[in-house]
Amino acid sequence: MSVLLAARGVRKAFGTTDALRGADLEVRDGEILAVMGPSGSGKSTLLHCLAGIFPPDEGEVWFDGNRVDRLSEAGRTALRRTAFGFVFQFGQLVPELDALDNVALPLLLGGVRRGEAYAQAANWFPRLGLSELEHRRTGELSGGQAQRVALARALAVRPKVIFADEPTGSLDTLTGEQVMDLLVDVAREEGATVIIVTHDARVAAYADREVVVRDGLVSDFRAAAR
Amino acid sequence: MNVSTTLLGLLEPQPSHGYELKHEYDTLFGIGKPLSFGQVYGTLSRLERDGQIVMHDSAPGGGPERRRYVITSDGVTRLEQWLAAPEQPEPHLQAVLYVKVVLALLSDRPASAYLDAQRTAHLDRMRELTAMRKAGPLRRSLLADFGLFHLEADLRWMEVTMARLNDLRAEVVR
Ligand SMILES: Nc1ncnc2c1ncn2[C@@H]1O[C@H](COP(=O)(O)OP(=O)(O)O)[C@@H](O)[C@H]1O
Ligand SMILES: [Mg+2]
Repeated sequence: MSVLLAARGVRKAFGTTDALRGADLEVRDGEILAVMGPSGSGKSTLLHCLAGIFPPDEGEVWFDGNRVDRLSEAGRTALRRTAFGFVFQFGQLVPELDALDNVALPLLLGGVRRGEAYAQAANWFPRLGLSELEHRRTGELSGGQAQRVALARALAVRPKVIFADEPTGSLDTLTGEQVMDLLVDVAREEGATVIIVTHDARVAAYADREVVVRDGLVSDFRAAAR
Repeated sequence: MNVSTTLLGLLEPQPSHGYELKHEYDTLFGIGKPLSFGQVYGTLSRLERDGQIVMHDSAPGGGPERRRYVITSDGVTRLEQWLAAPEQPEPHLQAVLYVKVVLALLSDRPASAYLDAQRTAHLDRMRELTAMRKAGPLRRSLLADFGLFHLEADLRWMEVTMARLNDLRAEVVR
């Protein structure tokens, strides 16, 4: 499998805090990777650098053969809208909109016509066990339902990569399992690459392999053992 | 797993042959570790010797595989005692890991590398159990979950220990 996404010597500081101190990572096309490590070790910062949410202070970020760190802000925004999907721990759905609006939103932002955007968005509801919930306000969804709507929204643009940061962090065990089962199944069906940040080993066990972030550096013990 | 009391429990509802008990055991409990026929027939002959089961009937030709056994009242008593007695709440594996970490620190070997290797092994097993839980049926999913929660507990302990190796070294190395 070819490398789809990579960080090379990535450094990122917030004020005097060195969040990343030369992080290296390669993610292969179609793989599901867990990024583990203690709280505050730099996992989310690494995810944000890989996804072009902010550029690193130093080092390179590569996606599909191109330097993400060299893109302009507008270039990074366009990349995120077309090639990436995001699932976070909470608070990502727009509360004023209903579930279907939320899923259609990234398509509308990407310039898809209204009718087409809503038709595509509606397709995700039965696939994620959300039939009949299309017109619920997001505040009227359970935690697990809201997270599945967030997953549908991440998938709507048919992204090459799904970035998930503690996607089950606010869910109980069973609900978290449902979300992870769906995330992994749908990603495999779609051929999407998935990067899951988690400190939870049960969540990491869904991935094909794991790396560990500690003090702003990435360790890949499987690569070391090969 | 206590094989002899487990076989008693499987035998209690109705008389059974050894191969039926083995099949039932493997289906319900033998995750990746089926009983051998030798284990089954050896265990049954010890249970018979100890009066906890007796032969119910036997097809012509002799041989242990032709015998059907039934539980005795002594067997039921032993089964009930075993079921009611709590297991020693002892985290076996953790004790071994703890010993390894301390010995590594005492001998100035790389304790963190051992823990990293152990985490990789734990996650490999958790991956298998995750697949097993997903495949079902529910009774196997719940067994897989039991394993997953225990391995997760080990990993949490390893993470805490990893974060405190320097303090632990200072405490144990004289
Ligand atoms: N926006 C920010 N401003 C200041 N400090 C930050 C910011 N984001 C992260 N940090 C700091 O950087 C370090 C790594 O954070 P983060 O990547 O969020 O860790 P993790 O996701 O592993 O918990 C922490 O010390 C955190 O406090
Ligand atoms: Mg984080």
